[in-house]
Amino acid sequence: MSEIANTIFSPETAARFDHLVTIYPLKRSALVPMLLYAQDEIGYISDAVIAEIAQRIDLLELDVRNVLSYYSMLRTKPAGKYNVQVCTNISCMLRGGYEILDHCKHKLGIGHKGTTPDGVFSLEEVECIGACCWAPAIQINYDFHDDLTTEKVDVLFQMYRDGLSPNTTGKDVK
Amino acid sequence: MADVTLTVDGKKITAPAGTLLLEACKSAGIEIPAFCYYPGLSLQAACRMCVVRIEKMPKLQTACTTPVTEGMVVTSESPEIAQARKATLQLLLGNHPLDCPVCDAGGECELQDMTFKYGAADSFYAEPKNHREEQKWSPVVYFDRPRCILCYRCVRMCGEGMDVFALGIQNRGSSSVIAPNVPAQMSPDDLAHVDCEQCGMCIDACPVGALTSGTYRYKTRPWEMNHVSTICTHCGDGCKTTLGVRSTTDGSEIVRGDNRDKSGINVDFLCNKGRYAFDFANNEDRITQPLVRQPNGEMEPVSWEVALDHVGKRFRELRDTRGGKSIGVIGSNRTTNEEAYLLQKFARTVLGTNNIDHHRTADYVAFARALAGTTDRTASLNDTLTAPAIMILGGDPTIQAPATAWNIRTNVRNNRARLYIANSAEIKLRRQAKAFAHIAPFSYGALASFLAGDDSAVDALTHSGADASSFHDFRKAIRAEESLLVLLGSEFRGADLQRLLAFGKTLPNRKFALISDYVNSRGAADMGLLPDLLPGYTPLAGNTTFAEYNTPTAPGLDLLEMFEAAGSGELSALYVVGSNPISRYGVDPASLKDTFVVVQDMFLTETAALADVILPAANLYEKSGSVTNSYGDLQLVNKAGDRAGVRTDFELIVRIADKMDANMKALVPFGKGTRADMGQSRGAQSGEADRHAVWLSANNMEPKLSPFDPFAILDEIQRLVPGYNLLRLQLLSGNAQHLQPAVNANDLVQIGNRRDLVLPANDTLFTSGTLGRYSAMLSDLQHNESLRPPTGLTQIQTAAD
Repeated sequence: MSEIANTIFSPETAARFDHLVTIYPLKRSALVPMLLYAQDEIGYISDAVIAEIAQRIDLLELDVRNVLSYYSMLRTKPAGKYNVQVCTNISCMLRGGYEILDHCKHKLGIGHKGTTPDGVFSLEEVECIGACCWAPAIQINYDFHDDLTTEKVDVLFQMYRDGLSPNTTGKDVK
Repeated sequence: MADVTLTVDGKKITAPAGTLLLEACKSAGIEIPAFCYYPGLSLQAACRMCVVRIEKMPKLQTACTTPVTEGMVVTSESPEIAQARKATLQLLLGNHPLDCPVCDAGGECELQDMTFKYGAADSFYAEPKNHREEQKWSPVVYFDRPRCILCYRCVRMCGEGMDVFALGIQNRGSSSVIAPNVPAQMSPDDLAHVDCEQCGMCIDACPVGALTSGTYRYKTRPWEMNHVSTICTHCGDGCKTTLGVRSTTDGSEIVRGDNRDKSGINVDFLCNKGRYAFDFANNEDRITQPLVRQPNGEMEPVSWEVALDHVGKRFRELRDTRGGKSIGVIGSNRTTNEEAYLLQKFARTVLGTNNIDHHRTADYVAFARALAGTTDRTASLNDTLTAPAIMILGGDPTIQAPATAWNIRTNVRNNRARLYIANSAEIKLRRQAKAFAHIAPFSYGALASFLAGDDSAVDALTHSGADASSFHDFRKAIRAEESLLVLLGSEFRGADLQRLLAFGKTLPNRKFALISDYVNSRGAADMGLLPDLLPGYTPLAGNTTFAEYNTPTAPGLDLLEMFEAAGSGELSALYVVGSNPISRYGVDPASLKDTFVVVQDMFLTETAALADVILPAANLYEKSGSVTNSYGDLQLVNKAGDRAGVRTDFELIVRIADKMDANMKALVPFGKGTRADMGQSRGAQSGEADRHAVWLSANNMEPKLSPFDPFAILDEIQRLVPGYNLLRLQLLSGNAQHLQPAVNANDLVQIGNRRDLVLPANDTLFTSGTLGRYSAMLSDLQHNESLRPPTGLTQIQTAAD
C-alpha cells in the first residue's frame, strides 16, 4: 500500500518508492533513482511526477527541477515508443557513429531529441554507452545493438516497426 | 578561539583560528576579490576570483574556503594571481553582455570593477553570446539571464538567509541558469515567476546587474543620485535604508531605497517595504496646499498664513471659552521623537489638556512599568543576532518585524542559537525553533501565568494538537537556559504582561523586548503621547521632573473617550497629527460634526476628509530627527526627499503655537533662553534660573538658534525624559544606541486597571497601515500575491533541513 494517497504510479512502483525513501540516511538521496524509475514508467518526467516525488521526499518542487534539469538522460517531454540513442563518442565516431546518426536522422526524418509524428521513434545523440568493443553502437530503450552499418539500422527499424523485438544482445538493464 | 599568526604579502596578521583567509585579510585591510563569497552564507567557491598563492600548497587556493593556520604564508597579489583572475574574468565575460552603459548595476558592479582592475576587457572568445530576453519574475524582481555570472549568491540568500528557497539553479555548464520556483509551464501567463516574500535580498546580493529592482531599473544611474541614510518608516525594527534622491521641479524625488552601506542596525538586511515602499512620497495624490473648509462646506486651498492663522485663532478661542479639557490631540506612530514630544508638550502646556493619545500597537506602558527599577533587562535588536537562546512568545516576526526574523535565522544558522516559540499560530520561524509550543487560541494570558509557574493554567493552553506535557517540557527547557532573550508579541498587555515580566525579572540573565508595528510606536509611548503619563512614563501627579510644564494632574481622555466626548458634543476641537483614527478605530464620522478638526497628513484619508483644516505634512523621509524602534534603539532620521508645499509636523506645531500667542521659548528652548542669569542656578534663587540653559552649558552644548530645529527639543528630551541619556556622537554618526526607560519603581501607576487600548496593526508583508495604501509598489505586490493561491511556503521542508 502506497504511503501517498492517489499516487500516479503503479502499485509496484509506488511500493518501490515507499521502500526507497527508507534506505538512505536522508530521504532526498532517493531523488535520482526515483526520477529514473518514474521516467521508465510514465515515459518522461511530467509536472505530476515532480509534484509527487517532491512530496515523497519532502523537497520543494524547485529542488526536484534543479536536479532533473542537470541530467540529460531525464526528459520532461514524452519520447517515442522506441528511443534510439546513437553513440558518437570516440570509438563509435572512428567506426562511423556519425554516419549512423546521419542515417537515422534521414531515415526517421527527425533530429536530435526529436520524435517521429507517429510517436514510434525518437532520436538522441548520446555520450559513450559502454559498447566500444563493438562500435558503432546504438541503444534502443534498454537494448543494445552493435557493430552496425546503415543497412543493419534499416533492418532494425523495420523490425521495431513490425513489432518484432530484435533483442540481439539480449540484456534488459532495467 | 586562540589566535593564529600568518603572513600575507609580507605583513604579519593575526586572526582567530578557524577564520577564513579571505575574512582575515579583510580585517587586516587586504582586499581579496570574490563574487560568490557572501559573509554569513554557506561557502560556494564557484567563482575562483579569490585565488591566492599559499606557500607549500600546490596550485592556487581559494581564500574564501581556506581557514587560516599558524605560520601560513600567503601572497594575495602577484602576476600569476592576476593572470588567473584575468582568465576567470575572460570566461565570465564570454557570455556577459557589454551593456554596462545601460545596465542598472553600472557604477556599482563588482564584475565591472574587477574587469577594470585586471584589464580583461578584450576577449579571446569569438562565439556569439547566448542572449535571452529579460524576465519579470514579480513586480519587484527582474532577471536578465545573460548578465548572470552564476555566483549562486541569490540562491543562498533566498534559501539560507530568508528561508524561502524560491530560487534554484537549473541545467548545467554554460547553459546553467538561475530559476525561480514558478516555472513558465505552470504559470497562468506562461512566464516564469517567483513566489516569495519579495524582500529583494537577491537583488541586493547580486554582484552584477542580473537581478534588478522593479522600482529602480532604468530610471537613473547610481552617481546621479544623492544617497541619504535614514530610517524606514514601516515597521518597529527601524532598519536603516539609504534613499537615492534626485532633484525634480517641485522638490527632491526618491528614486531608490536600498541598504547601500550596510552600516545600520539591520546590517545586511532590508525587506520589501524598506526597499520599495518609499513611493508614497512621490504619490500624485499628495496634498500640497493647506485646505480650509468654507462656510458652504467646501474645502478650499488657502495660503499657509491664512490656514495657520485660522487654526491658531480657533484653538485659542476654544481653549479660552470651553477650556483645554474640551480639546483632544491624537499623535502619530510615524513622526519623530522630537515631534511626538513637542506635540504632547504643546497639548499640555499650550492647549492645557491631557487629552492626548496615539494608536497604540503594543503596551509599552505596562512593559516599562513592569521593568521599573531594573537595568540591563531590555534587549536591543542587535541582541537577536548574538543571543545564545531566544524565546518568542506571540507575534510573528517574519511578517511584523522582518529584520528581527532575519537576525534570528542568522543567529540560529551561524551560531546555533536555540530558539523557543510559543504561539497560537504555526508561524514560519518555528522552522528554526528547537521547541515550538502550539498554544490554544486566545490563551496568551494563561501562557503568561503558566510560564510564571502557575501549573493550573496549562489547561487553558492545551487543545487537540498539544497536550499538557508538551508545555511542561517547553517550560523546563527555557528554565534550563542560562540566559534568554524574550521577544513578546503585542498579544501580551496589561496585567498579563506585568505578570510575565514580574516573574521573568526574578530569573537572572533574562532580557525582554516588546514588538510593535511602526517605526516610532515605541517612541510615541516613550514621548508621552498618552493621556495618563508624561514622557518617560512619568506619572502626571507628584513628579518634579516636569514641574515646569504646570500641566493638569488629572488624566485626560484616551483616544476612544475623545470620540465619545465628540459624539456627546463635549469635544470642541480635535488636532490629529499623522494618524487615521476614523478608519483604524471605525469611528462614526457623524460624531465629529460639532468638533473643529485639524488634520496634518500627506493624503486625504478618512480622517482628513472630515477635517475643517488640512495641513499638508512631510513624511518621515522628508524630515530630520530621531526615532526609537520596538527594542528602544534610538536612531537618526535624515531628510532625503522634499516636496514643495508641505511642511514638517514639527514646524506646523511650532507655527500653530505661535499663532496662539504661546511663549515660544518655553515651548521650544531656542536662542539664549528666557532667563540668562546663570548666576542664579544655585541656592535660594535656583528656581529663577533657566534650567535648560544651565543644563546645556553643563553638557557643553550650544543653544539652538531656531525654533524649527528639532534638536532644540532633542536637548530637552535628553534633559527631562528618564532613560533618554543619549550619546550625541553615536546618534549623529548614524549608529543605533539602546535606551531603556528609567521608570521610578516608587511611582504609583496601576497597570492592572488601565484600559486595554492596544490595537495591533495586523499588517502583512505587503501592507503598511493607511500609508501603505498610497504606495503603488505595495499595491502591485498585493495584486501579485492575489494572482496565486497561497502555496503554503512555510509548510514544506526543504533541502536545507
